[in-house]
Amino acid sequence: MSLAMFLQHGLNGLTLGSLYALIAIGYTMVYGILRLINFAHSEIFMLGAYFVLWGTTLFFLPWYVAMVVAVVVTAGVGILVDRVAYRPLRDAPRISALISAIGVSFFLQNLTIVAFGAIPREVYRPLWLETPMLMGEVRVLPLTIFVPTLSFLLMLGLVWVVYRTKAGLGMRAISKDIETSYIMGVSVNRIISLTFGIGSALAAASGIMWALRYPQLQPVMGSIPGFKAFIAAVFGGIGSIPGAVVGGVILGFTEIMAVAFFPDLAGYRDAFAFVLLIAILLIKPTGLMGAKLEDKV
Amino acid sequence: MQAQRTILNLLAAAVLGLFLWWAEGHLDGYKIQILNLIAVNIILALSLNLIYGFTGMFSLGHAGFMAIGAYVCSVLILDPAQKEMLFILEPAYTWVQQAQAPFFVAVMAGGLAAAFFGVLVGAPLLRLGDDYLGMATLGFAEIVRVLAINLPRVTNGALGFKGIPGHANLWWNYAWCVFTLFFVVRLVASNSGNVFKAIRDDESAAKAMGIDVFRHKLLSFSLGAFFAGVGGALLGSLVATIDPKMFNFVLTFNVLMIVVTGGLGSITGSVVAGVVITILLEWLRVVENPLFIGDWELPGIPGMRMVVFSLALICIILFRREGFMGKREFNWGWLLRSLGNKAGRHGS
Amino acid sequence: MEAEAILTTRNLTMRFGGLTAVSAFNAAIPRGSIVGLIGPNGAGKTTCFNMITGFYQPSEGQVHFKGRDITGTPPHKVCHSGIARTFQNIRLFGNGTVLENVMVGCHVRQATGWWQAVLGLPSSRKEARALMEKSRELLAVVDLGDLADEKAGALPYGAQRRLEIARALATEPAFLLLDEPAAGMNPNETQELMGFVRDIRRRFDLTILLIEHDMKVVMGICEHIWVLDYGVTIAEGCPEAIRANPKVIEAYLGEEAVGHA
Repeated sequence: MSLAMFLQHGLNGLTLGSLYALIAIGYTMVYGILRLINFAHSEIFMLGAYFVLWGTTLFFLPWYVAMVVAVVVTAGVGILVDRVAYRPLRDAPRISALISAIGVSFFLQNLTIVAFGAIPREVYRPLWLETPMLMGEVRVLPLTIFVPTLSFLLMLGLVWVVYRTKAGLGMRAISKDIETSYIMGVSVNRIISLTFGIGSALAAASGIMWALRYPQLQPVMGSIPGFKAFIAAVFGGIGSIPGAVVGGVILGFTEIMAVAFFPDLAGYRDAFAFVLLIAILLIKPTGLMGAKLEDKV
Repeated sequence: MQAQRTILNLLAAAVLGLFLWWAEGHLDGYKIQILNLIAVNIILALSLNLIYGFTGMFSLGHAGFMAIGAYVCSVLILDPAQKEMLFILEPAYTWVQQAQAPFFVAVMAGGLAAAFFGVLVGAPLLRLGDDYLGMATLGFAEIVRVLAINLPRVTNGALGFKGIPGHANLWWNYAWCVFTLFFVVRLVASNSGNVFKAIRDDESAAKAMGIDVFRHKLLSFSLGAFFAGVGGALLGSLVATIDPKMFNFVLTFNVLMIVVTGGLGSITGSVVAGVVITILLEWLRVVENPLFIGDWELPGIPGMRMVVFSLALICIILFRREGFMGKREFNWGWLLRSLGNKAGRHGS
Repeated sequence: MEAEAILTTRNLTMRFGGLTAVSAFNAAIPRGSIVGLIGPNGAGKTTCFNMITGFYQPSEGQVHFKGRDITGTPPHKVCHSGIARTFQNIRLFGNGTVLENVMVGCHVRQATGWWQAVLGLPSSRKEARALMEKSRELLAVVDLGDLADEKAGALPYGAQRRLEIARALATEPAFLLLDEPAAGMNPNETQELMGFVRDIRRRFDLTILLIEHDMKVVMGICEHIWVLDYGVTIAEGCPEAIRANPKVIEAYLGEEAVGHA
């Protein structure tokens, strides 16, 4: 494989990886705080893309306005999901909330089918993102630069919120010990809502960019990327935001490279991630950067 | 009381037999199909309840075990000539081509194959905590699906099998259903059943009581996998067509829905919810098909069925987490007493 | 110590990361005795229990039971070899009935397995009846005979503690570890408990090691006492010697236990 080809695949891998990373952040933040696998997160990702479609076709918004609106609305949906389906179960056994999350996932997916139909929908893409540029020998899609850059900026914003604001301090406190945070006067429910909002907004951004890259919208489009992002979060160490980013990028990169180098294995592409999940859980369940959670006897 | 109970159980079985005999002669194909699905869904619900409701292992791998059961059974009951026609992507391996077995043996083989995979998958995975176990078993089910697509010489790839002989009639399905019920009831009532529940309630305490937790988890998991495989095998023969797409997460979701609705750790709940939800699932198909009122067409709403069902699941988890039966069970003494009371009241 | 030791620990040490929870715990516990392990909160008493019963893998040292090295044996095998325990924070099978809890304890000595039960073989039925009877007898011993069909989680606190002991006895132990059996009991109940512990030792031919904060209990029934402080054994001996030991008094200084002692 020539260097040019390698660079091209590298950019593709980075693009896919940053999309995974943006979703994985939502999983890891919610898990860090509530010990809940937010099964509906993949549908939040899907909704982000669908809201853009809705904005441009139903309300005739320009695409860039539609995108911003979609991110905001999706964040609202994420918060709503927590309020309705998870918050009443805070004191219930952990699996109850997970079953509720599975229910929400099916609900949102099928509601989208009811609203938009199950047929794949085409989404508008600005042409300049699709026109390959020639950089030396490398043919580069502007999209594969645009997506990682924007993702990086969003992550910088997130880091700022988590480490430089009072709300971020609250998040970190709750993820250490939710009960003590309560007693110390952290407004736990508001911070949890904020967490869901931020996680959902990032997932929506990822969904929208995903739609630019793979311009077919389908109600089930969230399942596989969502599951892989979850795997990325586990790989990076669930609860750790840098872990989610690193895990996402590594997973996306490996996936593209594996298919590029071993085209025969393309059929096993989706199985690869699941095998990875099982392997991590067995060998190092705390992932690359996660803290150890232990059960007391 | 023991002898009385045995007689009542036999009577109930006889009534079921009479009902099936009547149904076979008087109900149309659609209704019989629903009855068949009820039996299969009860088998599946009981098997998941054994794993999750009684032993506390949150498994989302049911579709995987069902797929294994369905494929193994189908390969064994399709006749070689049929298989030659079916495998158009790539020719089947000779052993796949020539494998043949009577229906009972084929279903059994499907169950055993699923149980074998249950041991294989369970041995490493059952050490995981509850939510991680769920995700890992879901991963297993997806891997089974990917393998089914990518092993065309065994599974005919994405096309799957068509024209699977429909041996799974009312009698076979209900025989397996009653056997599963009998098996699970006996198991749960035994001291091994107490041990399963102990592991569910407190694993550390169970260990301190001398229980080999891992061995019992593996036992419960592979027994559950066996019946999931049986259910899958029957389902394959019942619907005559299987392909990898059929064994997706929705299948697991439906079984989970039945178990949670009926009550985790209630056999009665699984049976009752199996009947009710299967009927509802079929009945709600109506909303997805166009409806004609005279000349006037009401368009069907695709997706509506699962919207209703997922909403129902969320509501049950939010407002009645223990399901309709909690952990309670039906027993004859209870029924007789309540009948006796009524009779007494009428008498006075 | 005149009687032969049923359980001995040699240099038993547990480190968590940089922290040494228990260091070089040495004990030889004579068969048939009632002995105590005391010390301030966080002294490492429960950690000792967890090492003896196989819940923790000791960082160093050995546990010998009936002359066999059981160091690092998993908990269920330790129980099978004849060591049973209770937990400081009661751990019953809350959804099961009182009787089922004790039946689970019986399982470790059960000969017939699940498939014999499913087939309904006579041997299995016979054993199931025998276990049921044995469990009911044990419940009578701890005075819970009338509550056999109640849900275990719904019992009052004192009854839960007694059920935990009955469940442990069902495993037919030779050696019983009780983790704070008197916690949360009033003086009357505590008095009864002391009699009860002596009673079960005689009846089931037990050796008993208990952790206890209530000095009245410890001094009243223990024949030999080990005192831990910050994981180190600071004293051992008969109750009188412990009571007079200045190191022990110092370790407990400020704790209300001194007042009781």
